[in-house]
Amino acid sequence: MGFKLEIVTPDRAFFSDEVDMAILRGIEGEFAVLKNMAPLITPLDIGKVRIKKGNEEKVAAIAGGYVTVSKDKTTVITDSAEWPEEIDVERAKRAKERAEKRLKEKKEGIDILRAELALKRAINRLNIAEKYKK
Amino acid sequence: MTLSTRDIKRKIKGINNIMQITKAMELVASARLRRARERLERTRPYYNTVYENIKEVLGHVGNIDHPFLRKRDVKKSLYIVVTADRGLAGGFNSNVNRLVEAEIGNNKENISLITVGAKGRDHFKKRGYNIMAEFVGMTENPSFSHAKNIANLVLEAYSKEEIDEVKIVYTEFISTISQKPKVIRLLPSDSLKSEKKEKTAVVEFEPSADEVLDYLIPRYIQSVVYGALIESACSQQGARMTAMKNATENAEELIDELQLSYNKARQAAITTEITEIVSGAEALK
Repeated sequence: MGFKLEIVTPDRAFFSDEVDMAILRGIEGEFAVLKNMAPLITPLDIGKVRIKKGNEEKVAAIAGGYVTVSKDKTTVITDSAEWPEEIDVERAKRAKERAEKRLKEKKEGIDILRAELALKRAINRLNIAEKYKK
Repeated sequence: MTLSTRDIKRKIKGINNIMQITKAMELVASARLRRARERLERTRPYYNTVYENIKEVLGHVGNIDHPFLRKRDVKKSLYIVVTADRGLAGGFNSNVNRLVEAEIGNNKENISLITVGAKGRDHFKKRGYNIMAEFVGMTENPSFSHAKNIANLVLEAYSKEEIDEVKIVYTEFISTISQKPKVIRLLPSDSLKSEKKEKTAVVEFEPSADEVLDYLIPRYIQSVVYGALIESACSQQGARMTAMKNATENAEELIDELQLSYNKARQAAITTEITEIVSGAEALK
């Protein structure tokens, strides 16, 4: 048997089940969580999480957050998480355009950072939707 | 005081109208309460998890010196006051306002407020408190980005040392009929640390404990604020529903009483009339 993985977002408990492996994207790069891994806490990058259980593999888009790996449980806390089929492609496209426009206009300071993050999230969503949507 | 039957009739009608309104508001509030409760149930795991996580982390790192954990001499305090935008919710708003005032005491000059909800804003503005920011129009349906905005504002002011302490006052939802105003200290977060935790395995922090805390503490603040907003939104509907229910019941009672006195007055009028007629006929004999 694997370990327990939980993914929680502000809006719902997104995922909670026994899994064999979870591949996450930390700010330092991708890594996999397996059973009995040493306890770890690290922030996550905008990207995807791959969940493996038996022969099944699930993919979800997540927008940052952090992960705590403890002995019997791994918890991912994130602002938003979506399965590929839940992603609103139109909305992501619009968000992407909006962010690109903002980056071109180049207003001051904090807006750029926010636009960059928004752009990253939108691109992430689009990529995942494109690749995994059935 | 005896009222004429016509006056009583008019009064009954008036109360009836009020009753219809309170009844409608009760129904609206109970529908919204149901939705707010579902939301609460979906959200509670999130902020509980964040809270558990951060407690665990701080238990592990032991004596770490982080600006958000360090205690400073408290000169200026900030209170986040979570109320509703609308009244007619029983003691919901005034309980929160009163609790804030009790917390502040006579120390008004060194206090800034962030008010959430029009009722709290109006209350404290009128009394001349220093209001740093106000958020209105979202108390019934708060989203995570609202909480983020509030939290970022707080964190910025705190890092600039404009304030030395941050507390949030909100209403905890216990059940439909019971809500409790509550104060939680957000910053400095040293209260989290004091809770003794048995040391388990060594936890690795990537890239470093400092950086993880830099990330985790703001996240914790955001989620507590979010939790407070959600709890308050739910409490608000609960309080409103109960208040309206009571109002409707009172109106019903009042109508019953008035109906009784109306019947009495009507009967009395008939009796007098009969007596007059009888005595008139008697006199003609």
